[in-house]
Amino acid sequence: MKKSHQDSSSLWNYSPAPESKSHISLKEKYGLYINGKWEKPISGKYFDSINPATEEILAQIAQANDKDVDKAVRAARFAYDSVWSKLSGSERAKYIYRIARLMQERARELAVIETLDGGKPIRESRDIDVPLACNHFFYYAGWADKLEYAFPTRKVESLGVAGQIIPWNFPLLMAAWKIAPALAAGNTVVLKPAETTSLTALKLAEIIHDAGLPPGVVNIVTGFGDTGAAIVNHPDVNKIAFTGSTAVGKLIQKAIATTSKKATLELGGKSANIIFEDAPIDQAVEGIVNGIFFNQGHVCCAGSRLFVQESIAEKVIKKLKQRIETLYVGDPLDKNTDIGAINSKEQLQTIEKYIQIGLNEGAEIYQPQCTLPKKGFFYPPTLFSNVAQSNRIVQEEIFGPVLTIQTFRTIDEVIQKANNTPYGLA
Amino acid sequence: MKESFSLLEALSKTSTIDKVGVEERVARFQTRSIKNESKMQGLKMALGMIDLTTLEGKDTPGKVKQMCFKAAHLHDQYPDLPTVAAVCVYPSMVKIAKDSLKGHSIEIASVATAFPSGQSTLEIKIADTKFAVGQGATEIDMVISRGKFLQGEYNYVFDEIASIKEACGHARLKVILETGELVTLDNVRKASDLAILAGADFIKTSTGKIQPAATMQVTYVMLMAIKDYYDATGKMVGMKPAGGISTSKLALHNLVMVNEILGPKWLNKDWFRFGASSLANDILMQILKTQTGIYQSADYFTID
Repeated sequence: MKKSHQDSSSLWNYSPAPESKSHISLKEKYGLYINGKWEKPISGKYFDSINPATEEILAQIAQANDKDVDKAVRAARFAYDSVWSKLSGSERAKYIYRIARLMQERARELAVIETLDGGKPIRESRDIDVPLACNHFFYYAGWADKLEYAFPTRKVESLGVAGQIIPWNFPLLMAAWKIAPALAAGNTVVLKPAETTSLTALKLAEIIHDAGLPPGVVNIVTGFGDTGAAIVNHPDVNKIAFTGSTAVGKLIQKAIATTSKKATLELGGKSANIIFEDAPIDQAVEGIVNGIFFNQGHVCCAGSRLFVQESIAEKVIKKLKQRIETLYVGDPLDKNTDIGAINSKEQLQTIEKYIQIGLNEGAEIYQPQCTLPKKGFFYPPTLFSNVAQSNRIVQEEIFGPVLTIQTFRTIDEVIQKANNTPYGLA
Repeated sequence: MKESFSLLEALSKTSTIDKVGVEERVARFQTRSIKNESKMQGLKMALGMIDLTTLEGKDTPGKVKQMCFKAAHLHDQYPDLPTVAAVCVYPSMVKIAKDSLKGHSIEIASVATAFPSGQSTLEIKIADTKFAVGQGATEIDMVISRGKFLQGEYNYVFDEIASIKEACGHARLKVILETGELVTLDNVRKASDLAILAGADFIKTSTGKIQPAATMQVTYVMLMAIKDYYDATGKMVGMKPAGGISTSKLALHNLVMVNEILGPKWLNKDWFRFGASSLANDILMQILKTQTGIYQSADYFTID
């Protein structure tokens, strides 16, 4: 009765189900999208954008210097003065709506490129990043002609040229987050994507071009930190919108402190998930897994700190360990994959640095038995237990698939500890 | 008094279930890709886990004999196919099934305990069970008293299961929760724990007479109950989703779920069954399609 009828363990290796790359088109070399045209960089320099899962080069990307940025800002200013600020809200909405529709039509292509360039699982770029990005354009298209009614007794005005600098964790979605509301409110845009993930922003430039947006309303300049600095420091930019690290956010705030530039900064986080003893534990474990391992933990509001009530800590940690044994780490293009590639070599090194810090601090590490691909930048899901609020791995944002687990006794204690972080986000 | 107190205490430790979280988790199992060789192995495995079932008021010896022949000869044109795991019939048909399956290693399962409503006395249920076992049933599928359960009379339900288990002797006991009548996932979990603690060899979702039956959400919650019990005691309990699983795809999704939650130890007919009447032919159709690349007409597969 008790004998096993066949050895079944080997049968359940899921078959590779990679998303096809046949329908995407990438140029070998991308220029800067300025004033409705693809321009060669004045700097004359290009850099490689690689696939973090294979380390293969996907395309060469123009590296904008301050002269290129100046050209882009001038184009944006001219477009603002001559066209965009003069259009009615309902006219602006038509363009934004058209961009949304064109993005939807090319959703598959955008999803595959996002995964190739950034390393996130295709399941996420296909089901989350790209549809949400489209939805943002739809949503803000709806706002464009309603702004004057949304704030009665106040006059709603555009600012002018918005300089926008976005991170590599949600490249297309962040571009949509920044561009769509700026356009809806009547501003023109100079946007710089992160250097490791320029491609979907450049594809978005193609879409914006196809949508017939007046030249100069949206300009995409690619490059590194110095390109971003050139945008921040340009005297004719009215607003800086930045999402990224806290360190760079502070630099930006310093740089514009003596100017009239406005700013929105969305920076780091070390968010807490709190599990009380009366929680549905199995589903709480799912919540923990989604919170920290979604997008390899490259999420500013990732649930990177876990607080578990002491009465159930052992049980929760055991279940969590069992659960992460079943996560698939590997080819981001495969639809079975739960955890894809770390975005860049630099980020992988940052994660490894923090792991070492955790080990040196005496934290207890747990990683599942999983084989990582030989090429590319991968890191297994990782739990650190036996840590305190004073551990550096608990205080600092790691931005990777690494969870720290603390225990608590009372609700007051845990609320105090959850809020005891310098990060303002989440 | 003392024993009832400990049962209540044990059940109160059962954690609550968040339905939205369960739905999200279950959706993930359905996107795993099973192809080619894995698919073929999975299909054959599922075929060998079926409890081929007929539970109708109009069942006759003729009908049962024909179904039993099918159970042992699923599709003789295709070599090396397994037989189903068991046939499942009413107690009055057990002897017919037993005689029909002489020489085969197919288990004879019988529903008992005033199936499907369970609305009778314990004495009659015990007699029903003993009759089925006496006729040659090697497995008993009992129903719990859902009315008593919903009244909160857990001790009654516990004792009933324990008594039937005793009446089973060597026959393995599957305890049907009839999840469609328990309604909430919290109830499903509580009933699973109760059945396991009372000595169930298998827990089973449904009679097949009530909708909804074996949804993946319900099966998931029951598998988690089995897992928690195994982690705590090291003892294995089997699982049988029954009712509503009529396609190969759904069967494979169920196997993916069992594998990811309980692991490969449960992936055989001793620990996992499908209660189904029409699943077998759909699997056969898929097996032949996988082999030949072409779907065959439904009339190439026999109906018994």
